[in-house]
Amino acid sequence: MSETLLKVHAVETYYGNIRALAGVDVEVNRGEIVSLIGANGAGKSTLMMTICGSPQARTGTVTFDGQDITRLPTHEIARLRIAQSPEGRRIFPRMTVYENLQMGASLDKLKYFDEDVEKIFTLFPRLKERQAQRGGTLSGGEQQMLSIGRALMARPKLLLLDEPSLGLAPLIVKQIFDAIKVLNKEQGLTVFLVEQNAFAALKLSDRGYVMVNGRVTMSGSGKELLANPEVRAAYLEGGRH
Amino acid sequence: MATTTYSKESAGGSLTARALREGFFAGLVAFGLFFLFVGLETTQNIRNELVLNQRWGLLAIFVAVAAAGRFLGVLYVQPWLAARKTAKAAVADKDVPETFLARNFSKLAILALVLMPPVAVALFGVQGSLKWVDNFGIQILIYVMLAWGLNIVVGLAGLLDLGYVAFYAVGAYSYALLSQHFGFSFWILLPLAGILAAFWGMILGFPVLRLKGDYLAIVTLAFGEIIRLVLINWTEVTKGTFGISGIPKASVFGIWSFDVGAANNFAKVFELPMSSAYYKIFLFYVILALALLTAYVTIRLRRMPIGRAWEALREDEIACRSLGINTVTTKLTAFATGAMFGGFAGSFFAVRQGFVSPESFVFLESAIILAIVVLGGMGSLVGIAVAATVMVGGTELLREMTFLKAIFGPDFTPELYRMLIFGLAMVVVMVWKPRGFVGSREPTAFLHERKAVSGSFTKEGHG
Repeated sequence: MSETLLKVHAVETYYGNIRALAGVDVEVNRGEIVSLIGANGAGKSTLMMTICGSPQARTGTVTFDGQDITRLPTHEIARLRIAQSPEGRRIFPRMTVYENLQMGASLDKLKYFDEDVEKIFTLFPRLKERQAQRGGTLSGGEQQMLSIGRALMARPKLLLLDEPSLGLAPLIVKQIFDAIKVLNKEQGLTVFLVEQNAFAALKLSDRGYVMVNGRVTMSGSGKELLANPEVRAAYLEGGRH
Repeated sequence: MATTTYSKESAGGSLTARALREGFFAGLVAFGLFFLFVGLETTQNIRNELVLNQRWGLLAIFVAVAAAGRFLGVLYVQPWLAARKTAKAAVADKDVPETFLARNFSKLAILALVLMPPVAVALFGVQGSLKWVDNFGIQILIYVMLAWGLNIVVGLAGLLDLGYVAFYAVGAYSYALLSQHFGFSFWILLPLAGILAAFWGMILGFPVLRLKGDYLAIVTLAFGEIIRLVLINWTEVTKGTFGISGIPKASVFGIWSFDVGAANNFAKVFELPMSSAYYKIFLFYVILALALLTAYVTIRLRRMPIGRAWEALREDEIACRSLGINTVTTKLTAFATGAMFGGFAGSFFAVRQGFVSPESFVFLESAIILAIVVLGGMGSLVGIAVAATVMVGGTELLREMTFLKAIFGPDFTPELYRMLIFGLAMVVVMVWKPRGFVGSREPTAFLHERKAVSGSFTKEGHG
């Protein structure tokens, strides 16, 4: 079980001359849920985008399933079955829910579509009700479900989730996190999660990383981090940072 | 303006009174406004002296139009709009059953187009049908085809292209030059012109791959101008501004010719009186077939992965990439496919005119084609066809309005007001229907039942 699926090694990423990641090392093992927490501007989303090759890392390597993907273009990386539910959901607003899901399955040319779409509808029954509706007319929570559903349609080996709880009501957040847990437990899906909502994320995760100013400052199991006084002070109790 | 609500019992008397009053004031305002602008005119006579002309008749017309317009507006249009609004609100939730006409609109329209030339010949005679088949039919269909071609680039892939006329030019000159120098027939050169235009579409595509929105628009605009300037200045090949004339006519697949001297001349073979109308009718069917081909390909592509990818690209490029779609090839194919249809239309244009010059490929043409796409509702084939018919047909109609000379004097040429009316129509359509005539996007995939998704549900300006 503890075979490394994704390995980020000494990665530095720049936006122009500004260094956003200053030598990051992160590992995700097969079958794990790993979360990355940190304050705004710590570089969490940048790390997510760097794994997807946009922007590419200036130094360091990103290895997926034994293959160096540091210099691959984004769409080639996606074809290795790294699916992403990007920050801000980025669903296709003028396409229907059904069409959005079809876009997710375009890697296999819709070969497994009928079978997979039923799984998504079981996981998120709301999407089934809304399937003929335009993506742009969904509520925020439904859009997030659609974004995750669309990513799952690609039959990913690794699912990257960027702030799935952003702007959602606590009840919806719980629904989404429950769904992630189900996917992990029942299908063995590997998940790498970026979250502001540190408590919910760490509770869900096998392991976690804490990021500050473009560096990973702490790592450990979800429970350890939840118990860690520094983490508690900075991300869980709030206001004292 | 004491009463602004329309209560039913007092509607008759007070409404008429109010309409009369407002009409009178509108006339008064118009008189004040136009007294100096219209009523008096200064010109120079032959000795360079300033002469003051009085145009009271014209002023009276302006005032009368303003007064009558306001009167009718208050009396009829405003209550009608209000009634419609309440009626609409009442039925908003119910599904309005589609009428037979609405359901089969495109089929009926195609049937009408196929039957149009024989009907025109029957009604106006062989020579009289020319106006309807050529000036209206072919002219409108060329724009329909061009707009449908551009729709692939702008409407589906969301790449704003202001230089579409360049591909039209490439197609036209390909046919003009290759047929004159090598004597190839129209039917060989038509696909070739399409391929050449598609090739130029790729050439344009490469440098602009990283550009989006406004920046892309500017570069495509420049590309259109570059092609035109090359056509003007490369005089050895293109004969510059003189243009290329004497372009050979198309034949019915080599079986019948339309050259007057040829032995297999169409009219001679069928022992009909000589007329250029047969050729135009033939061309009408050619452009109709080409336009329908464009529509068919667009409809098919929308259901295929590549068409899906175009639409996804229009919506969100980053999401596309993260789903494994190669945005580079997706953009290039969009440019190439759109350009190919531009090339087809171009070679048709050359064969129809028998003459091409750079003057036919100015920026204004690109702008008109783009305007048709936007007015019709980006992505909607029916909407675009309607827009092309109204816009191009409307401007052709202006030529017919000679009776206006009786009102505005013998110097009045209605076709000069073409762009003014075009612009006004655009403003009006954009105010009333911001998403174009047909603003809703028809989904291409369904699980159980077909259901149109209205554009009014989504935020404006999102697509």
